[in-house]
Amino acid sequence: MKGAERGVTAVDLAKETHEATLLLCGGTGCLSSRAREVFTAINLVLAEKGLAGKIRVKLTGCHGFCEQGPVMAVKPKDYFYCRLEPEDVPGLIEALLSGKPYENKLYRLPGTDRAVGRKEDIPFYKKQQRLVLRNCGEIDPEDIDDYLIRGGYRALEKALGMTPEQVIAEIKASGLRGRGGAGFPTGNKWEIARNSPGSARYVICNADEGDPGAFMDRSICEGDPHAVLEGLIIAGYAIGARQGYIYIRAEYPLAVERLEKAVVKAGERGFLGRNILNSGFDFDVEIVKGAGAFVCGEETALIESIQGNRGMPRPRPPYPAVRGLWDCPTVINNVETLANVPLILNIGARRFAEIGTEQSKGTKIFALTGKVNNTGLVEVPMGTTLKEIIFAIGGGIKGGKKFKAVQIGGPSGGCLGEKHLHLPVDFDSLIAAGVMMGSGGLVVMDENTCMVELARFFLSFTRQESCGKCTPCREGTTHLLRLLEKITRGEGKKEDLERIEELSRNIIDSSLCGLGQSAPNPVLSTLRYFRDEYELHVEKKICPAGVCRNLLSYRIIAERCRACSICKKACPAGAIAGEKGKPHRIDPELCAKCGECLEKCPFEAIIRG
Amino acid sequence: MELLTVTINGRRLQVPAGTNILQAAEAHGIHIPTLCYEEGLTATGACRLCVVEIKGARKLAAACTTPVAEGMEIYTESERVVAARREVLRLLLANHDLRCLTCERNGDCRLQDYCYRYKVEDTPYEGVLREYPIDSDNPFFIRDYSKCIRCGKCVLICAEVNGAHVYDFMERGIDTKVTSAYDDNLQETTCTACGMCVNVCPVGALVEKSTLWEGRAWEIEKVTTTCPYCGVGCQLKLKVKDGRIIGVAADKSGSNRGHLCAKGQFGWDFVHSPDRLTRPLVRKNGRLVETSWEEALALTAARFRAILHRYGGKAIAGLSSAKATNEENYLFQKFMRAVLKTNNVDHCARLCHSSTVAGLATAFGSGAMTGSLDDLLAAEVIFLIGANTTEAHPVTGYRIKQAVRRGTKLIVADPRRIELVKYADVWLRHRPGTDIALLNGLAHVILQENLWDKEFVATHSEGFDEWRRVVEKYPPERVAQICEVEADTIVRAARLFGRARRGCIVYAMGITQHRSGTQNVMAVANLAILTGNVGREGTGVFPLRGQNNVQGACDMGALPNYYPSYLPVEDADVRRRFREFWGTELPAEPGLTVTEMMTAAAAGKIKAMYILGENPVLSDPDAAHVEKALKNLEFLVVQDIFLTETARLADVVFPAASFAEKDGTFTNTERRIQRVRKAVLPPGEAKADWEIIVALAREMGYPWKYPRGPEEIMTEIARCTPLYGGINYSRLEEGGIQWPCPTPDHPGTPRLHAEGFSRGKGKFHPVEHIPAAEEPDRNYPLILTTGRNLYQFHTGTMSRRSRLHQLRPHELMMIHPQDAAARGIKDGDTVAVASRRGEVVTRVQVTDDVPPGTVFMTFHYPEVPTNVLTNPATDPVCKIPELKVTAVQVSKAP
Repeated sequence: MKGAERGVTAVDLAKETHEATLLLCGGTGCLSSRAREVFTAINLVLAEKGLAGKIRVKLTGCHGFCEQGPVMAVKPKDYFYCRLEPEDVPGLIEALLSGKPYENKLYRLPGTDRAVGRKEDIPFYKKQQRLVLRNCGEIDPEDIDDYLIRGGYRALEKALGMTPEQVIAEIKASGLRGRGGAGFPTGNKWEIARNSPGSARYVICNADEGDPGAFMDRSICEGDPHAVLEGLIIAGYAIGARQGYIYIRAEYPLAVERLEKAVVKAGERGFLGRNILNSGFDFDVEIVKGAGAFVCGEETALIESIQGNRGMPRPRPPYPAVRGLWDCPTVINNVETLANVPLILNIGARRFAEIGTEQSKGTKIFALTGKVNNTGLVEVPMGTTLKEIIFAIGGGIKGGKKFKAVQIGGPSGGCLGEKHLHLPVDFDSLIAAGVMMGSGGLVVMDENTCMVELARFFLSFTRQESCGKCTPCREGTTHLLRLLEKITRGEGKKEDLERIEELSRNIIDSSLCGLGQSAPNPVLSTLRYFRDEYELHVEKKICPAGVCRNLLSYRIIAERCRACSICKKACPAGAIAGEKGKPHRIDPELCAKCGECLEKCPFEAIIRG
Repeated sequence: MELLTVTINGRRLQVPAGTNILQAAEAHGIHIPTLCYEEGLTATGACRLCVVEIKGARKLAAACTTPVAEGMEIYTESERVVAARREVLRLLLANHDLRCLTCERNGDCRLQDYCYRYKVEDTPYEGVLREYPIDSDNPFFIRDYSKCIRCGKCVLICAEVNGAHVYDFMERGIDTKVTSAYDDNLQETTCTACGMCVNVCPVGALVEKSTLWEGRAWEIEKVTTTCPYCGVGCQLKLKVKDGRIIGVAADKSGSNRGHLCAKGQFGWDFVHSPDRLTRPLVRKNGRLVETSWEEALALTAARFRAILHRYGGKAIAGLSSAKATNEENYLFQKFMRAVLKTNNVDHCARLCHSSTVAGLATAFGSGAMTGSLDDLLAAEVIFLIGANTTEAHPVTGYRIKQAVRRGTKLIVADPRRIELVKYADVWLRHRPGTDIALLNGLAHVILQENLWDKEFVATHSEGFDEWRRVVEKYPPERVAQICEVEADTIVRAARLFGRARRGCIVYAMGITQHRSGTQNVMAVANLAILTGNVGREGTGVFPLRGQNNVQGACDMGALPNYYPSYLPVEDADVRRRFREFWGTELPAEPGLTVTEMMTAAAAGKIKAMYILGENPVLSDPDAAHVEKALKNLEFLVVQDIFLTETARLADVVFPAASFAEKDGTFTNTERRIQRVRKAVLPPGEAKADWEIIVALAREMGYPWKYPRGPEEIMTEIARCTPLYGGINYSRLEEGGIQWPCPTPDHPGTPRLHAEGFSRGKGKFHPVEHIPAAEEPDRNYPLILTTGRNLYQFHTGTMSRRSRLHQLRPHELMMIHPQDAAARGIKDGDTVAVASRRGEVVTRVQVTDDVPPGTVFMTFHYPEVPTNVLTNPATDPVCKIPELKVTAVQVSKAP
């Protein structure tokens, strides 16, 4: 049995002898749109037809094209199917056997009927460079052999043949910077931890991904858990740790399950535990589930949480690399950072460093969401412009609407408008623009997004997630939110804008941890780039995007009204009056501004202003 | 210490490396405001009021968490800094109950102070004030979180100093609130009522109940003094208003660093008890009746004179008091010796640490704690034996817990599962009365495994070979049998202690109160010499003295064989010096000890006794015998603050002043001489003990005069007491001084034997296991061992007249479930406990905190006079009674 055999060459190659392989996405997104039922249906049909030996179906990690889920790629012909349903399966298998694509569910270019057969021809994939996500969608994440066949744990083998110092030097040479948001050079962090005195050393994988709309880390953990584990083991070897932790949100049950399985499998194959690959290096990994506090993604709060305390950040310095978990030198790396590590050792620091920009090497994964056609997971070289990501890969704005802004870096990041579309996305360009990379959330907004409301939304999130330890964040975020709410309610005053700016500056300047220090970023960046919108709210009591309910009014254009009374029936507030044959009217006093009438009017006679 | 150069507000300053900006600035008189920083607690950087600007840094830095660095350029009041501070204050105000008019902390509130300093009159933010229910269920303080600013100091001090971990935060963001487990009222939690949270609270969220509505901050006078309970000698401030004490505040000048326990913080109200004696009493027609000072003094002098004349000084005995000041103890023994012509003077040290004085003096040359309490924090390992520190010496208990939290290893040897067992790396649960075997066994392993300090033993000790021959007879296997501890555990403990470079041995009455008490102490001393753990930082032998001034009472010569400074009575030269100094003839023969006095009184050999501030009827072993002895006297004078069980037997009772009503000094367990200050007037006609002794001496015809009071008495003490030679009150104003302090320019001695042992070389004493005098048998099958609980003190004279009483209102004998079941006893039942000498009735607590075969009782409750049971069998050297082992039987009370 495989369990008894150890090392990277002990692989069951029989799994590679199938004539065709179906790679059905088993990421959280696709699973929630019935991927598992599709999977069952495929297996049933294959069994019925006695094809199990010829055709293999794998439930893989996320393919990234979540918008189209459940998605499936078919090897070797590389057909790519979207929005699969169990009912599609018989036809699909039939097509497969006849060597043709299953036309029904091929990807179609938006707004056209044109089907694109092969995955690599789909614009969403064409412009990407999937290096860290190389295995996501390709392997069965619960099958270590799949990982090994694609070169898994070779990097670990290589690292164990080097000295820890050499490993650190390699990572330093690659120019890898932390993907968790701050962009600290990973190799330097490892070196500091290795050189700091301590009775033990620890390495922690930070998988406490908490930004609203971000799912990069979840997808990697779900789709390629061994890559994360391999990176963690290499990091442990490099800094001299014997114990590693993966701190992951309990809200990611699938990622947790796959990581747990990976830890067991890696242990069976001798990649974890005592005397790893006969190198004399011992290393164990424990998975710790977080209880759902956003702040536990902050590294010192994360440490407190692992130690069994309430997750509240502690002051830095001392930095965890000097004094972290149990007061010992501790490296905390984000999932994506660690997933880069095997890649670097495999292709070499020099080749890695050729990707990206001068100061930001490699690729970056973004979770592209919001009002964009192709929502999903995107990996591009550092330095790719926002425009390329949103339009070339993301397929532009939904419903043909106008692009307004993009929120980058989650609640700690900021908003960039149209004039920044040509901005290359790398650590330093973003900082220069007053925002930050963050962990990779990209929320696209169209013309119907109110920027004040957007800032309010992010503030309500950080306010709720403030741990309550330091005054500026604990009290300040609440008052900042209240001021924004005041404006969206239409009660804002001119001096409130100054108060908002001053309070924001003080929160940034004097908060204890990154959460507070960045919480006002969405407010300040929207104020900086969309100040006119705030001013309209405050001075004219207008919400130009038509979002802030208190600032809206609904009106019936008499010329267009056919007096059909549909709106009158639809109005829950009884605010619409009108007799048969006469144009109807909305009583602004009674109107609840729900927009129901506007939705229902067949003649577009109702407008919002 | 490495010094760094930094610039603060343009001033170039030298500051020690490793300090934070806040400390560095403060040391140079630059006050950076803070709400959450407290010296000694983890700097959390929570309030953000202490932010400063550092040139080159992107953001403001919290001064309390940022270490100074060479060349750092710091601005503590720049425009940006002030803006941030004002913002913090405005934010706090928006969420604060602003009923300052009636807030207890008005005028003594940090939030108020800083709003004033930064001219923050109001907040632009709409209030989000949370109204929380007030917790006022406990007897001591109220919790009003509408006034809480979430600085977290209460959470920290409870966790990091007390170790009770009562508080933490609940909820998040603006809803964050300090809470207890299940958000219960404190009485339902692990709270030990130490009140330290109240003392660190910067605002009015935690307020002592006793100060409520009693006065404004500026009307309250704070008098720094020394706690009157145990020997740790905590410094505290009495809050005084209109001649009454209304509360206690922390004082950081002592080694307690402002930390207190329930007794120090809340146990002071006995001072104003209606039970206080206010006028002298004399016995007329069998009843004690009030009288004038003139009559009481005249009567006493006349009776003493008559007995002295008829029987001589030998027929008179006196008990001095470990609760009274040094000055009073000095005068008392001087009175007994110079006026009543007897060396029959002793005090309760006989019952607690006479074996320490005897044992350590012969081994090291001094009978006192060798190090300072702070040494515990520097130890690699602490070996605690026979000391229930967290209840009997709570603030020292805090130190041990703090040390453990910082990495110090802890070995606990105790038959009971005391609180510190939770903190221990090794627990030796040995059988009561087997300490010598255990200590010899540890030494045996340390010798066997070559873990001893050969160089130290070679250069600093004598008697090693002879001792070694005895210890070789104590292999772990044999010790395991005697002590009922597994041999492996003994080996583990020995290795842990033997391998440490810095070890402390802490002990208390579990070692001393045995008939082998002196040998027990010697066994401790042997282990310390063997491992070279004396005289260096983080090392030492730490006998924890029980009473606030038991060290001082001994130092002052309230002992039958010593004059002040342990100068022997038997030494003719010494006697001559005191004769000349006091100007009168002095008796040559050493006097009787406490236990011997009682026997002599019962036998009719002692005719008169003068008892100052002691309650032997409850505190001494075989209480029935004591009562009989005292009743047998021709004349008994008792001087006390209450009509104690002993005073009820007296012919004359003098009403004395309490610690809060007089000046003087106490000497704590680490030899630190500290001031006691008069805060309020004594009630009625009560007088300070020293005044009464002086008046009595004058009545007896000795023209003693101390017009400048205790300060002048101390001047006299300094002249005849070499250990106190350099002590005077003006020096003590700056804080306590540890003896020996021979001259006014001597800084005091934190560590004895630093330059070699006081007696030259440390002496190994071969000591062998001696079984307890009374082993359990068929009729008395259980061992009774005695001690204290946290909330009461000794015979309860003080603590049971304070609010502390509510916390532990009655005795609860601890009995193992097995022993209880065998007798049909359930938790809370009432039982009869009998020994060969008597019987008491008590309620029980069924718990495996005591081992099978052992029961535990305190002696705090007059209604359960435990010492009716105990064995007066004494140590032949120091005459300490074996209070820790009594054979008893227990049965369910009918």
